[in-house]
Amino acid sequence: MVLTHKYILMDDQANSGEEKKGKMKLYSYWRSSCAHRVRIALSLKGLEYEYIPVNLLKGEQSDPDFKKINPMGTVPALIDGDVVISDSLAIIMYLDEKYPEPPLLPPDLHKRAVNFQAASIVLSGIQPHQNLGVIKFIEEKINSEEKTAWVTNAITKGFTALEKLLLSCAGKHATGDEVYLADLFLAPQIYGAINRFQINMEPYPTLAKCYESYKDLPAFQNAAPEKQPDAPASTS
Amino acid sequence: MVISDHRLYSISSHSKYIFPCDQAEKKEKLKLYSYWKSSCSHRVRIALTLKGIEYEYVPVNPLKRDEFLKINPMGAVPALVDGDVVVSDSLAIIMYLDEKYPEPPLLPRDLHKRAVNYQAASIVFSGIQPYQNTPVARYIEEKTNAEEKTAWVSNAITKGFTALEKLLVSCTGKYATGDEVYLADLFLAPQIHAAINRFQINMEPYPTLAKCYESYNDLPAFQNAVPEKQPDAPASTS
Repeated sequence: MVLTHKYILMDDQANSGEEKKGKMKLYSYWRSSCAHRVRIALSLKGLEYEYIPVNLLKGEQSDPDFKKINPMGTVPALIDGDVVISDSLAIIMYLDEKYPEPPLLPPDLHKRAVNFQAASIVLSGIQPHQNLGVIKFIEEKINSEEKTAWVTNAITKGFTALEKLLLSCAGKHATGDEVYLADLFLAPQIYGAINRFQINMEPYPTLAKCYESYKDLPAFQNAAPEKQPDAPASTS
Repeated sequence: MVISDHRLYSISSHSKYIFPCDQAEKKEKLKLYSYWKSSCSHRVRIALTLKGIEYEYVPVNPLKRDEFLKINPMGAVPALVDGDVVVSDSLAIIMYLDEKYPEPPLLPRDLHKRAVNYQAASIVFSGIQPYQNTPVARYIEEKTNAEEKTAWVSNAITKGFTALEKLLVSCTGKYATGDEVYLADLFLAPQIHAAINRFQINMEPYPTLAKCYESYNDLPAFQNAVPEKQPDAPASTS
């Protein structure tokens, strides 16, 4: 057990840098906004990984072989030696704690809280209402117009809340002049809103300005859905 | 590190993060804007009590939301007011409290166990609660009917509890992720409470979760935080 790091790493994790050189594996789907968040984090921290596609449209997340690796049957999933983690927030916090540079949370307590709030608005207020399973249900049980209204309503409420939250602390990026946790959740969410759901960003100038700022950052650009190995050729 | 804010900052010996001096010096109680039945508020109440933090309970009256919006423009409950700082969202509040008042810690030191705690919290707050909250459930009922609404909520809880059972079965101890109370327990307790009491979910398929829930019965921090014991709970619920 190594105690030089502020968290406890079991020996195989602590030594993996010197001995194993095994790359981390990321089970991902090109269009999953949850996977998109993790891809940004990995790139920002300069971490190499093996990209393993899981086709959500074909239901590959339910394959017994995938479930043996990740019993949760969800994407994204990160494999780091013996450790399997699913859920984008858990993966990102794990990466930030194991590989602290650059930090994904600022030292100021209040700004840290704003970052968690922003991530939470996306995680619990918007994305749950736009994921495939839910929108399929709404479309089947009600109809297509209601499905569109449902998603638009969730995004509108969430973006309105984010605009209020970030207005007074945004800088170059969401919570200042450095990229932090909030940006990792905002970028994929705004990407999806614009490209998949045709949301107009005019009512949200702070969010629109943040989104523009990500265009200059390779870590964000390389993580974009259309650049992933499993993106259909027509999207590039 | 450049601090461009005009306030003085201190780095407290008991917290490794920085916060403004006015917070370090004031002895004002924290205020928690809460609703008795809100499972999100319930999580924060557990955290505050576990850490022995005194707070003023301010019930949010749905008829007087305008006043609340002045304090918290996000309009969401729970909201924590700590001097000049207003934090809403249960995860953000709990992380803020854990970082400002580190004892007892709400996350273990082992990296993998920390990840399991975040995963468990996430399953609850992004996989279950968004589908069972009142405005969403009401919308489903209006657009379809009462049976569909019940099926919708039950389905979300069943999927989430199945995932939690898989996640925790190999690392649970006395509590969700070991023999100490951690973040996962703060999210599990209110979710299971609501599942049993509001949605009549049968816990038999989830023995790990049921055992965790039983273990909270012995803990005052959990018992004092339950909805029916809050100042704004209707008299008939006590």
